[in-house]
Amino acid sequence: MTESTTHETSPVLPLPANLALGAAVGGGVLAAASAAMSWTWTPAFPGDLTYYGSPAGLQWLALVGGALTALLALAAHGLKGLRWLSPSGSRNGVLFAALGTFAVCWYAVVAIAVELDGLVNLDPGGWLAAVGSLLAVLGALGLPLDRRRTVRHPELHWGLYAALAVSAVLRVGFGQGWALDAVPPGIRPIFTENLWFFVVLPAAIALFRLWRLLDGRLRIGRIERPLPAARALPGWAEILVVTAVFAVGLGVVEFGVSTEYGELFVGFLLLTAFATAALLASGAVGRLRELTARHRAVTTGAAFAAAGAFPFTQSSETYVLIGTNILIFATVALGLNVVVGLAGLLDLGYVAFLGVGAYAAALVSGSKFSVFRDLHLPFPVAVLIGAAAALVFGVVIGAPTLRLRGDYLAIVTLGFGEIFRIAMNNLDGTSGPSLTNGPNGIAAIPDVSLFGFDFGEAHDFGALHLGKNGNYLLLMLVATAVVVTVFARVANSRIGRAWVAIREDETAAEAMGINGFRVKLIAFALGATLAGLAGAVQAHVSGAVSPDQYLFSSPTPPNSAFLLAAVILGGMGTISGPLVGAALLFLIPAKLEFLQSYQLLAFGVALILLMRFRPEGLIAGRRQQLEFHDVQLPAQAAPADDVPTKAGA
Amino acid sequence: MSAVTTETATETAAVPAAEPVLEASGVVMRFGGLTAVGGVDLTVRQGEIVGLIGPNGAGKTTFFNCLTGLYVPTEGTVKYKGTVLPPKPHLVTQAGIARTFQNIRLFANMTALENVLVGRHTRTKEGLFSAILRGPGYRRAEAESRERARELLEFCGLGAKADHLARNLPYGEQRKLEIARALASDPGLLLLDEPTAGMNPQETRAAEELVFAIRDLGIAVLVIEHDMKFIFNLCDRTAVLVQGRKIVEGDRETVQNDERVVTAYLGAPLEGTTAAQEDGQ
Repeated sequence: MTESTTHETSPVLPLPANLALGAAVGGGVLAAASAAMSWTWTPAFPGDLTYYGSPAGLQWLALVGGALTALLALAAHGLKGLRWLSPSGSRNGVLFAALGTFAVCWYAVVAIAVELDGLVNLDPGGWLAAVGSLLAVLGALGLPLDRRRTVRHPELHWGLYAALAVSAVLRVGFGQGWALDAVPPGIRPIFTENLWFFVVLPAAIALFRLWRLLDGRLRIGRIERPLPAARALPGWAEILVVTAVFAVGLGVVEFGVSTEYGELFVGFLLLTAFATAALLASGAVGRLRELTARHRAVTTGAAFAAAGAFPFTQSSETYVLIGTNILIFATVALGLNVVVGLAGLLDLGYVAFLGVGAYAAALVSGSKFSVFRDLHLPFPVAVLIGAAAALVFGVVIGAPTLRLRGDYLAIVTLGFGEIFRIAMNNLDGTSGPSLTNGPNGIAAIPDVSLFGFDFGEAHDFGALHLGKNGNYLLLMLVATAVVVTVFARVANSRIGRAWVAIREDETAAEAMGINGFRVKLIAFALGATLAGLAGAVQAHVSGAVSPDQYLFSSPTPPNSAFLLAAVILGGMGTISGPLVGAALLFLIPAKLEFLQSYQLLAFGVALILLMRFRPEGLIAGRRQQLEFHDVQLPAQAAPADDVPTKAGA
Repeated sequence: MSAVTTETATETAAVPAAEPVLEASGVVMRFGGLTAVGGVDLTVRQGEIVGLIGPNGAGKTTFFNCLTGLYVPTEGTVKYKGTVLPPKPHLVTQAGIARTFQNIRLFANMTALENVLVGRHTRTKEGLFSAILRGPGYRRAEAESRERARELLEFCGLGAKADHLARNLPYGEQRKLEIARALASDPGLLLLDEPTAGMNPQETRAAEELVFAIRDLGIAVLVIEHDMKFIFNLCDRTAVLVQGRKIVEGDRETVQNDERVVTAYLGAPLEGTTAAQEDGQ
């Protein structure tokens, strides 16, 4: 066992080794098996979990989670034929998988009991899932886990306890009315109508305290376990593995996109997060990373092939449209990553460049609402015009402001974003010159037709069906590929290094002969151009442009705030980071609609938690990792993903 | 100028009738009412190592910043190989003056090789479009840059550290990396701002060797330093700056025996004298 001064390998619960292993495997199997049974007798719960022998919705998640737990437990134990699943040999993966299963099963069971009023609504399958997943967690806690020796968390600040107490008193006081006397009558409704705040705040503090207590007990930490050398596979087999992994990834994304109700999506997110943590701990992800690094072209190809295969797996056009919108959002986020992630320029009005591209392309698209209604340029020309228009605006905005340092750029771009939206609203012929049709925007943009292929109609290729939205998804995928190529090539070049140098230390960079202004202007203009390109495609995909699509902040992406969040959340300076971040940021608000007015609150909390535990973003470049976690990594080793405290989060 | 300006070019036998690389004349730098540098003349010739010493706050680094375009001098001119320098740091570097910083200013989250490649920026031309298109010309230039950067890392003794992040290098190697990065711009004059600050005696000796090696490449060196032993071992000439004015310039003996230096700057015995003399003062 790997032992060090900072970490140890020991069980949390003192169980006999075989019992713990048995419980973990058995619990996983039970949870998985429960998927084949009825969880509740009434189809009233979303997804209809009443059938025997036919898993549905949340039951699929229990099946996957339970099976993963059992397999990881056996793999970490060293069962022949499964070692590939757990090359690091760490048992932490088992715990994460078990916790994921537990979270999904208990979430489902509690949701059934709450939504349908009472435990009587549970069928034996539901009970089995709950008991099985709990057993798996207990078993996993009895396995020799990698743990920190030290308890990191000090006592909470007394101010937080004071806030807890004051909130509780205020809750009672405002509820009964006696505390209202201290408040001017005019603002009393603010307090009486928002009593929930005085419940949520103490609850959050109490949960935080509880989490620290739990973390102090568990002390789950990560030991740097070097992966043993992999058994050499022939090249074609490795490529096959990479392809298979992307096929599985496509399946996972497809499941997430096509979840029909919020409960299922929450379960999906829980299980995905825990399963990812589990596979990271078990070393399977590290092994995969070695493979993809060796076959970079294949990996990129497989990723795009998986994205391109998505519309063919869908029977409903709605989910294909979601996929297309995710691609638009992700492409724009990647463009913003040039500006923010590489050059370190804070652009708060980036969506305006998307708007410039979209409006420019819409004006020449031949739409009958365009002032140039007789002008119908071919799609590629419209895209180039959109990109060129955004480039011009990028230079015009950037040239005066990029000479300054610090936050001026953020302020100017924020202003530009608003000016753009308001100007588009007013260029309607009454408040200003007639150009944009005002708040109504430019609608009825004709469908794209390229080389005789009409994107507005469904096409059949043998057994494969491709609907209208599918056509546009593939078109958008081409735009994404262009942006990915540009980003990848520029990031690792003379100009890309100059951007990073400017971001790191502008004075030193200038002393090394870099013309800071010029290089920053190139970054800003390139970012604007990429956004304009995406915008031109977006205008044709959505068929209409209007000013309210391009806001600084709104509950639905893409808007400037969400774009920035996607870049930072996903990982600055990387390619896959903003793509993943954008996908999550698009799906989470779309799928959390059942939370109604608390949607943004939940979203904000999720963001805060993520930034607390993973400030470098979901997919961090080597640099960001070192920037935020001050650890000395051995050079050239695979980047270590620091996920020590995910358990129980 | 009342300073003793002994010509010591004869000592640098390698380049007998050396041309001036850097000519600063009457450089004045005022910040509001404060005159940080008050009319300094300094000439550095081809193949020379010139030292610049002075007590803290004497204006050495400010003078450096005037030379490198970080500050625009209030009065006076700075010429590099006969042409007046433009007042922008990147243009100065392009002209052929490279510098290091007193407090290390590496690009901490880039690898050592990338740091040196950034130093190559002015000597390469590949722009945005060639980076996107990646034609044969781009590949060749990129390969040449990497080759040259590796050579420079090797030259500074960092050959094995090419792929380490700059922030993970030990202190002495970070100093060397700064020098390698500065050399990457193929300078004719290298300005070193306290290159041995915080180094132990072995590292200081290695730094000395490195500076001599740089001189042997035909690059003139102007160095600010507080370590007198280092300065007098190294430099053909040394200028002493006190309160923004150059009070003396010359070889080791001239500077060491100058009363003004002793009173205004040192106040304590020079390196090589005994403690008894200190007591005697």
